[in-house]
Amino acid sequence: MISIKDVEHVALLARLTLTEDEKQIYSKQLSDILEHVHKLQDLNTDGIQPTAHVLPLKNVFREDRVGEHMPVDQVLANAPDRQDKFFKVPKIV
Amino acid sequence: MQLHYLTAHQLHDMLVSKQISAEELTRAVFDRIEQVEEKIRAYVTLTQERALNYARLVDKARLAGEALPLMAGIPVAIKDNMCTKGVRTTCASKILYNYIPPYNATVIERLNEARTVMVGKTNLDEFAMGSSCENSAFFTTCNPWDTNRVPGGSSGGSAAAVAAGETILALGSDTGGSIRQPASFCGVVGMKPTYGAVSRYGLVAYASSLDQIGPFARDVTDCAMLLNVICGHDPLDSTSVPYDVPDYTAFLTGDVKGVKIGVPREYMGEGIDPAVKEVIKKAIDVYTGLGVVVEETTLPHTEYALPAYYLIAPAEASSNLARYDGVRYGYRAKDAGDLVDMFMQTRSEGFGAEVKRRIMLGTYALSAGYYDAYYNKALKVRTLIKTDFDRAFEQFDLLLGPTAPVTSFKRGEKVDDPLQMYMVDICTLAVNLAGIPAISIPAGIVDNLPVGLQLIGRPFGEGDILRAAHAFEQNTDYHCKLPE
Repeated sequence: MISIKDVEHVALLARLTLTEDEKQIYSKQLSDILEHVHKLQDLNTDGIQPTAHVLPLKNVFREDRVGEHMPVDQVLANAPDRQDKFFKVPKIV
Repeated sequence: MQLHYLTAHQLHDMLVSKQISAEELTRAVFDRIEQVEEKIRAYVTLTQERALNYARLVDKARLAGEALPLMAGIPVAIKDNMCTKGVRTTCASKILYNYIPPYNATVIERLNEARTVMVGKTNLDEFAMGSSCENSAFFTTCNPWDTNRVPGGSSGGSAAAVAAGETILALGSDTGGSIRQPASFCGVVGMKPTYGAVSRYGLVAYASSLDQIGPFARDVTDCAMLLNVICGHDPLDSTSVPYDVPDYTAFLTGDVKGVKIGVPREYMGEGIDPAVKEVIKKAIDVYTGLGVVVEETTLPHTEYALPAYYLIAPAEASSNLARYDGVRYGYRAKDAGDLVDMFMQTRSEGFGAEVKRRIMLGTYALSAGYYDAYYNKALKVRTLIKTDFDRAFEQFDLLLGPTAPVTSFKRGEKVDDPLQMYMVDICTLAVNLAGIPAISIPAGIVDNLPVGLQLIGRPFGEGDILRAAHAFEQNTDYHCKLPE
């Protein structure tokens, strides 16, 4: 069961602000989904290795060389706010 | 003659013999869009002028006697979660409503090298999270077979565009069934390649260990041709696998005698619509008639695929979507106080309900105290699911079943119950967890709605899948059926 307090904690971790209605809805829906996924606990997975991805690849390296990079103006073209060559954000503290 | 309903390989012949020009073909597709798009709403963005310019360049090159790639001049639609340089890429989300990528996804580069013509960017469930296209922040796409019904999802726009003749080919992405399920609902061919076969560079990430780009087409030959263009190693994607890409059309021999196909009993059991099951049984008869050995088999952990998926995919999503913070691109909330306040308001206003739900779920599953019980447990179950497939492929060349447990459902029918919506993907999810390839091909019509047949293969066994899919197509005419 996911309480309203849990929802508020997770929302803060995820950097989301939720309305009171959303908190109610997510509390119920996340509880339902977690109840369903709880089924996994029925399975004995002792000694089973986790699979984070299916590929046989390991440590894909490339040479550490300076290559071409995107011009600053292009990088900043989508910025909601900018100043000179920088992304501009509201005050931090 | 309706050019917009022909296949790429038919159109290729007509282009080469100069019966038609690429410009005429492009115009025919845009005429069709003009005619039906109001009802279907497959596209978020149309790129008509760009398309006509590309087509004219192909025509010019052909007239000059230049050697052109096979697919030159063929119209292709792109799901709007693949970056297209200079063309808005939204993921059907408010948070990216104005994002214009400064670079192309690798698949777009490859399509450009193949001289194909991009028609536009197609609608999807926001960030590819959904099974009906109803989670698009902009509008819902309609199923061309019945406009009161959903086209499936998340690549619903691409599937609907191919089915309605609003493009010849399309690309989608498949994280838990997002190519195959809409292909099934819209009566077209859709394929999820092996994880690592197609570069994900420039594909906006949802769940990085599951996402894979793949083709939509009207028939298996077109699907193989498009696969030839997009497959292959890419140094820009470290999860792209170096392998020798065969010519996939070379597998389309029609000969499937002696091939062994397993039918997992879990895919034909409870929860599958009886009418869908009937279609699949008839498909099995077609294969038996062609000399294929079809036997029942089992994937014993199938029922755990859905719960494992809905921990792993949201966990990866919660991490991937942390980048949308209103700093570098996309939407930014106005009048926020400090920086954290801006992050929180931007994300709360920018993301839709399903995206927030999955971010919350994933954050929860990864948070202190729950990581082992949820996320790590799901990864171990993923190993068991993968082992099920490994065992089955010791005995069988391919596995067969329905793509989806149902045909297309009505808009609004499942939006209020996320679990009901998630159930629509029960036949497709396990394939992504195992990283293996699978196709959906039209296999029947029930109550005037298409039903898809799913064929699943070994890692990098796309050729075997295509051979069997093509043989089925040669002996049936479901792929020729058109929505009215």
